[in-house]
Amino acid sequence: MIDADGLTKKFGDLTAVDRLTLHVNEGEIFGLLGPNGAGKTTTVRMLCCLISKTGGSARIAGYDVGSEADSLKIRQLIGFVPDNVGLYDALTAYDNLDFYGRLYDVPDDRRNEKIRQLLEMLDLWEKKDVLVGTFSKGMRQKLALARAMIHEPRVLFFDEPTANLDPEAAKTVRDFILDLKKQKRTIFLNTHNLDEARRVCDKIGILNTSLRALGSPEELERNVGGRATVIVLEKLTDDVRVALKGLHVDMDIVENEVTIRLESPEKENPSILDAVFRAGGRVQSATIVGSTLEDAYIKLVRKEAVP
Amino acid sequence: MRLAKSWVISRKDFKAFRRKKNVLYTLLIFPIAISILLSAVLTVKQIPAAQLSSLLPAFAFFYVILAGVVPTAIASYTIVGEKVEKTLEPLLAAPVTDGEILLGKGISAFLPSILAIFGGSILFMVLADLATQNTFGYYYFPNVNTALTIFLMVPLATLMSVEWNVVVSGRVTDVRIAQQLGGLIVLPFALIYVLGEINVIPLNVTNNLLIISGILALIDVALFSLARETFQREEILTKWK
Repeated sequence: MIDADGLTKKFGDLTAVDRLTLHVNEGEIFGLLGPNGAGKTTTVRMLCCLISKTGGSARIAGYDVGSEADSLKIRQLIGFVPDNVGLYDALTAYDNLDFYGRLYDVPDDRRNEKIRQLLEMLDLWEKKDVLVGTFSKGMRQKLALARAMIHEPRVLFFDEPTANLDPEAAKTVRDFILDLKKQKRTIFLNTHNLDEARRVCDKIGILNTSLRALGSPEELERNVGGRATVIVLEKLTDDVRVALKGLHVDMDIVENEVTIRLESPEKENPSILDAVFRAGGRVQSATIVGSTLEDAYIKLVRKEAVP
Repeated sequence: MRLAKSWVISRKDFKAFRRKKNVLYTLLIFPIAISILLSAVLTVKQIPAAQLSSLLPAFAFFYVILAGVVPTAIASYTIVGEKVEKTLEPLLAAPVTDGEILLGKGISAFLPSILAIFGGSILFMVLADLATQNTFGYYYFPNVNTALTIFLMVPLATLMSVEWNVVVSGRVTDVRIAQQLGGLIVLPFALIYVLGEINVIPLNVTNNLLIISGILALIDVALFSLARETFQREEILTKWK
């Protein structure tokens, strides 16, 4: 549904997005993670045909993102919630949705019904005639979600949808996004929130100008963050210490607990434990622990880009 | 270009203007105040008929100058206002072309301005007729030259002001700067007024009014092209802070 191949954006000498290649399937939630200035918003703006690309190519539902002829078709089939929600304060909630409903050619007979349905779903129907300028941040964010859904788009782009929201409002937004997934809509989510990405995304890309990793949250935790074996000994003797050093592994020792970072614990644990036993060590427990998405994220954004 | 899309944008702006009292006041106060002021001049002193015949067309031309001033309040707000209120990004992400957005913004600045100026000019003509009927022995307004001034030159001047302000507001990032630069459009109209007063371009000559109108129409066409040319959505999104 969303394909980018070597997508690049330069502002003068500054490269904002460098050769981004990714593929998002229909009905998938894709999370783009990255620090401030990583190029996440620029990526979304390119995919939403708001700004031009400098290189590479991208397609949304088969339409060419760089083509003038296709840009209106792309904009018709996507919904977009920018980081600043961009609602008209001097209009009511109803009028905001009505305006966008008309812009997206939602027929008159369906528009009113759709507005009602969305506002009821997001607990805003009672506030339909209230000026948006008086809305709280959470209410504004919910209304922006409704706006993005007014024409029932197949693809939705969210740029930091839960930033600065209180936990309850953030949960409402996340639940709404998960509901959209149930409706088989494709979602492209820019976020800083690793926990949110972990909970809602099927696939995650970590961007820091260039794409540092791509995969499911579990794959990133396993493959990028790495894993470790934690061995708790009855007593850490000098013989065991020497034996472990002889294995030339990356490890930390705290009292009688040894943490050994490994690419593949399942493969390496037997020889490690064998060395411990032969040195006379008595093992109380040996556990494989995984790293978190946060570990993977930090490791990747600090990593130099691969040329 | 789909006019229906532009009209949707204009309708939205009209709704917003109704709740922006400062915009409404600016729109109404100038035409009403000028109309009352000009009529008052005619009632305070008994002016001979010969002098009135050159004075009244000049007064009518005030509405052309007004056409340069009044749209500034709304038009300079059009693009910059959307950017300042951070509403431009979702609008640009919607399936509308730059031309449709610009036309919609143009209509939303043009219609209220022209209605306010027409209202003011009709008020002036009624009050001026009442004040000068005894001197002339007939109602001076309406007449051909005034009709040309009010119903041809004023719309053309309003359009020119709107387009100029759209061009300016597409290039600057601050509403106040947009209004200051947008206000410069009044200078050519003021110059024509002065040239009329010193009899270089008499404003009670029909041909002069037609020539000025023709020039305004040409400038309007050129400015619309310039507005489309200078409206760079990418620049607006990425360079404005």
